[in-house]
Amino acid sequence: MAIDISDRPLPADRAGSPQLLLEVDNLHVEFRTRDAVVKAVNGLSYSLSSGETLAILGESGSGKSVSAQAVMGILDSPPGFVTNGTIRYRGENMLTMPEDQRRKIRGRRIAMIFQDALSSLNPVFTVGDQIGEMFRVHLGMSKKDSRVKAAELLDRVRIPSAKDRVKDYPHQFSGGMRQRVMIAMALSLDPEIVIADEPTTALDVTVQAQIMKLLSDLQQEMSMGLILITHDLGVVADVADRIEVMYAGRVVEEADVGDIYARPAHPYTEALLKSIPRVDMKGQALSTIPGTPPNLARIPAGCAFHPRCHRAQAICATDEPEFAQVALGRRSRCHFWPEVLDAQR
Amino acid sequence: MSERDVADPGSATPGATSTATAQVGGFGGRQASLTADAWRELRRNPLFIFSGAIIVLMLTIAVFPALFTRGVDPRDKQQFPCLLQNTVARPSADHWFGYDIQGCDYYSRVIYGARPSITIGVVVVALSVIIAVVVGTVSAFYGGLIDTVFSRVTDVFFGIPFILGAIVFLSAIQGVEILGFITLDGGVSTVVIALTVFGWTTLTRLMRSSVLSAKDMDYVQAARALGASNRRLMVRHILPNAITPVIVYGTVSVGLIIAAEAALSFLGVGLRAPAISWGLMISESQLRITTSPHLLLFPGLFLSATVLAFLMLGDAVRDAFDPKLR
Repeated sequence: MAIDISDRPLPADRAGSPQLLLEVDNLHVEFRTRDAVVKAVNGLSYSLSSGETLAILGESGSGKSVSAQAVMGILDSPPGFVTNGTIRYRGENMLTMPEDQRRKIRGRRIAMIFQDALSSLNPVFTVGDQIGEMFRVHLGMSKKDSRVKAAELLDRVRIPSAKDRVKDYPHQFSGGMRQRVMIAMALSLDPEIVIADEPTTALDVTVQAQIMKLLSDLQQEMSMGLILITHDLGVVADVADRIEVMYAGRVVEEADVGDIYARPAHPYTEALLKSIPRVDMKGQALSTIPGTPPNLARIPAGCAFHPRCHRAQAICATDEPEFAQVALGRRSRCHFWPEVLDAQR
Repeated sequence: MSERDVADPGSATPGATSTATAQVGGFGGRQASLTADAWRELRRNPLFIFSGAIIVLMLTIAVFPALFTRGVDPRDKQQFPCLLQNTVARPSADHWFGYDIQGCDYYSRVIYGARPSITIGVVVVALSVIIAVVVGTVSAFYGGLIDTVFSRVTDVFFGIPFILGAIVFLSAIQGVEILGFITLDGGVSTVVIALTVFGWTTLTRLMRSSVLSAKDMDYVQAARALGASNRRLMVRHILPNAITPVIVYGTVSVGLIIAAEAALSFLGVGLRAPAISWGLMISESQLRITTSPHLLLFPGLFLSATVLAFLMLGDAVRDAFDPKLR
């Protein structure tokens, strides 16, 4: 009954009406260590259509990278286990798929860009060789042809004199150029979905902007679905269509990018936005969020954010808030979302 | 080594580095920056040139001994008979290394002794490296039960003292036939098996720990995320980045194994006459060290030079593969 999705032809007109590519529903991931069970992702749900950019925003330890690894199927297992939920690619549950079928989807239909390109590229092979590997593994291309394709790709990610640089090794590239190589590798087989896990965190600010521009240009060109995992609100504002804000392994607010910046509906988002340094606030103390992110082995009862929340009431420590509909396509996991929303006026 | 780097203007500029890398990388189709860099480093290392020259000479002697003895073959007693009247005669202009107790020309025996010694060293290490790479990689990569089983078996063998184990093994298995075609009769293959059985463990443990650290590298995760299979991950992404310590220690081991063969033959459990080997010759000379020191001196010199050359080569290779020393 298993239909090999990876062998199905790509839809001819990808620029056409948006198609639902990926649905993650109620995803739970936990790490079973000797001392404790760490609940890294607790009921994450989102969907992604072609041509759309979804930002998953959260601080370190909020489960954003782990959820991406679960989607890719590269979770270190053990100790990591997907304990509940589904991940559907074009309607088929990837979690129940045989491993070799899933492997064909990886790289070819869903690709991933990693944070640190230097450590994500194999130091002993030339970049041309590594990009070419994609064509050799997935398409069975010859070594010579794959090298030509690699040069084309380097050109496409705007690396100067791409023809010569395919022969270089990763350590001979600068940080930004290396991230371009990584992007070239991820995009080599025209994937429908690209998951970028903090693609610009290791780069300096000017290079960050160039890389984000390149990513969004290529995304428009190929009309892929892009999942952008980041903790940087500045990066998100320019390129994302929708945002999922994660806290302690679950989404606390989901909204279109414009809405969230104008009027956050969750105290955590509100606090995050206030803690961005702003030029017009020069001289004033930067607002911060008190406390530390929760230990995922001991997530607080009720609302996970309540120990750090300035709006917290008695109910927050006991009752877990619903993921309430705030507006169309907009939800917040807070008992007092109307108050939060009103406070922004 | 770093002083030389600074002194050499060619390697100080990044452009020169990249062209040199590209040239060497293009050679053979298989490219590895680490290997290419290591090779450049090695070629400028006097230690490598010196030890390499000795090893090349010894290998040539081992493969073509007749070249060095002008056709004299000490194994052919019919054509080149030994004369008892020459017993333990001192070195002379005609017979550089003198004669042994049987009145045989000692130079040709020392030359012909190279082959078994070096064969044993190289074959034992080659077999051990193969075992180490397979067992070490598989157990470290898959972990869990596979790792536990392989590691405990390795530990059991690791716990047996090398020479002692080989002595017991060699005395116990004389004349046993294995696989239907190898008779353990005290020849080269017997000693190879004995030394391999007890010699693979160190390399295997080394390989396992090396793979353990390489498999957690981001590029392995990245390759997996881009659709590489387990086999491809192991062969292409982990192995090239994990094998360096095994190559280095393997090189050193060749010397150690040659010395071990000599020790076993000296103790009378390794090669047996009529086989010719340095260890056997040293063993036979032991009662006449005071009266005929040349019997010990020449095979001993060849043995020490070979072992030393492999140890030095190992050092040079280690330095070349360790980027932190550059």
